[in-house]
Amino acid sequence: MSSALANLRIWIDDRFPMTKMWDDHMAKYYAPKNFNFWYYFGSLALLVLVNQIITGILLTMNYKPGAATAFASVEYIMREVPNGYIIRYLHAVGASAFFIVVYLHMFRGLMYGSYKKPRELIWILGMLIYVCLMAEAFLGYLLPWGNMSLWGGKVIINLFSAIPWIGDDISQWIRGDFSISDTTLNRFFAFHVIAVPLILMVLVVMHILALHEVGSNNPDGVEIKKKKGADGIPLDGIPFHPYYTVKDIFGVGVFMTIFLAVVFFIPDFFGLFIEHDNNVPASHLATPEHIKPLWYFTPFYAILRAVDWKLGGVMVMAASIIVLFFVPWLDRNPIKSIRYRSTLFKINLMTFALVFIVLGYLGMQKPTPVFKMATQVLTIAYFGFFVILFLTSLKEKTKPVPDRVTK
Amino acid sequence: MKRLAILLSLLCSPVMLYASGSNVPLLKVKTDIGDMNSLQRGAKYFVNYCMGCHSLKYSSYGRIAKDLELQEDQVQKDLIVSWEREKRLSSYMTTAMTKKQSEVMLGKAPPDLSLIVKSKSTRWLYTFLKSFYSDPSGDYGVGNALYPTGMGMPHALVGLQGLQEAVFIEKCEGGELVVNAKTKKKECKGGNMASRFSHFKKKTIGPKGSMTASQYDLMVRDLVTFLEYVSEPAKLERQRIGVWVMLFMILFTAMAYLLKKEYWRDVH
Repeated sequence: MSSALANLRIWIDDRFPMTKMWDDHMAKYYAPKNFNFWYYFGSLALLVLVNQIITGILLTMNYKPGAATAFASVEYIMREVPNGYIIRYLHAVGASAFFIVVYLHMFRGLMYGSYKKPRELIWILGMLIYVCLMAEAFLGYLLPWGNMSLWGGKVIINLFSAIPWIGDDISQWIRGDFSISDTTLNRFFAFHVIAVPLILMVLVVMHILALHEVGSNNPDGVEIKKKKGADGIPLDGIPFHPYYTVKDIFGVGVFMTIFLAVVFFIPDFFGLFIEHDNNVPASHLATPEHIKPLWYFTPFYAILRAVDWKLGGVMVMAASIIVLFFVPWLDRNPIKSIRYRSTLFKINLMTFALVFIVLGYLGMQKPTPVFKMATQVLTIAYFGFFVILFLTSLKEKTKPVPDRVTK
Repeated sequence: MKRLAILLSLLCSPVMLYASGSNVPLLKVKTDIGDMNSLQRGAKYFVNYCMGCHSLKYSSYGRIAKDLELQEDQVQKDLIVSWEREKRLSSYMTTAMTKKQSEVMLGKAPPDLSLIVKSKSTRWLYTFLKSFYSDPSGDYGVGNALYPTGMGMPHALVGLQGLQEAVFIEKCEGGELVVNAKTKKKECKGGNMASRFSHFKKKTIGPKGSMTASQYDLMVRDLVTFLEYVSEPAKLERQRIGVWVMLFMILFTAMAYLLKKEYWRDVH
């Protein structure tokens, strides 16, 4: 039997690089041995992506896109489909979990300089994944056809109408109608289940291929490929499989415990993951008292609202996302890890993280004068991070970087 | 720094739960969707007092019978009204009134209540059902403290509760209350005087309700409990499965940790 299997493997390997791929990406992909807590979120992002695809496929079996059917079909899934409510909650909570994991993954990149030469393209591909993910989440949010789906959709699509001259035509072209309607819902369904996930999958594969081409960074920001043993294997490298596969399985266990606790005990997460107003069917006649996007968009929503001039707000918001693409060139310091960088950099980065969280909070609140002023101050602080990074990164007082990774 | 301090104190300030659009604090209510008797009573009250106008169109009688441990003949006798005898266990809990009829009669179709507890909350619903008061100028002679601008719904439970009388007070909003030196009258400087709900009088007016105040509270609690169950019929099952899922995940994670530790023994 075993020789038959071995023969089969040889037969396939002669025709397809099966063993080669396994070795290149798993068994003989050498990763630094000093990955810490922050390095779990890459594999966890992949796990959540798989969760979204599987639960998404199951949901489409009973979900019916269409203004007259969508809301009722979601309730049908919640009440009549065996275990349908688990599938729906896995998908809805999964969307929020995706953003939590991705935000932590991005923060890791910023802390350890994982965007620096030679990993600029990994960062850019990651940013493209993030933008795709935002599109995917926005498209999916319309599908339950709750009242917040409708009104949130109106607000976001109307942003395009701020573009001079052609704006109104563009937003009408996106909707396929003068207002969000059955037509819009059906095309959003098409984009949500086919178009964007396809792009997302291609980008994820490219992100990982680019990573495996140059090798993983680590908390010390030391290139392990610079110190190789006689056998050509990096001295501080260990094969991804089995070391990081077993480690990541443990990470999956911890993550899933928390994730499933939310799914089974607080699936709407106090109105943050599934908003109360979205339990009311979409109605053009009943405006929700307070329209706001889901939490993962609220930092950018706050930035949008900070500027009174609509086109200006849209441009500042777009800039707040676009600027992230340029981080590899805004940070001009050759030292990667936060461990060996200046106190100024540490304060700058931690302030940025805090500003992002507070902006997210402010984006959920009604725009009172005090909150609005706070939002404006924090919007300036958001961009301030990049300005300070660009101006100071070359003149930082840094610490000596070790030759090899530390424990 | 001062700005930051103001911001932080704002972020940390305690928040009272208020109904949106009104200044009425929401009452606390203890519901237990595992309490079969409460659920069964709530279902009966709903069919008797609410279902003339409000549907539960995503809920079938069969599902309710199963979850509330009711026999088929009990459902036929107690939950399906006499003029809808053609309904079966597989039927959904729709109203006899069509959308068109209700629009003609009431101006607007009464909302379906399948998800009312999810879109509002148990506390909101409990407060709402206890906040009707006499208002001869309002629709159907009643108002509701949660809807200061009116909401077009009669007090269906008036026969049980009796008619409450509300006390309003004048409040100076957005300004400062000052006494005018000339006229000696109070004025709201920089703001508006607004009439705001204060409290209900102890005694009801008009014919007495058939229930005492505490009986009424219990009845409303049962109704809220039933609607909480209807908003997510699988909630109890979800929590029950969840406990086993948690136990499995903890075991899985512990095993994964030991496996990781074993493999990593040779990494230095």
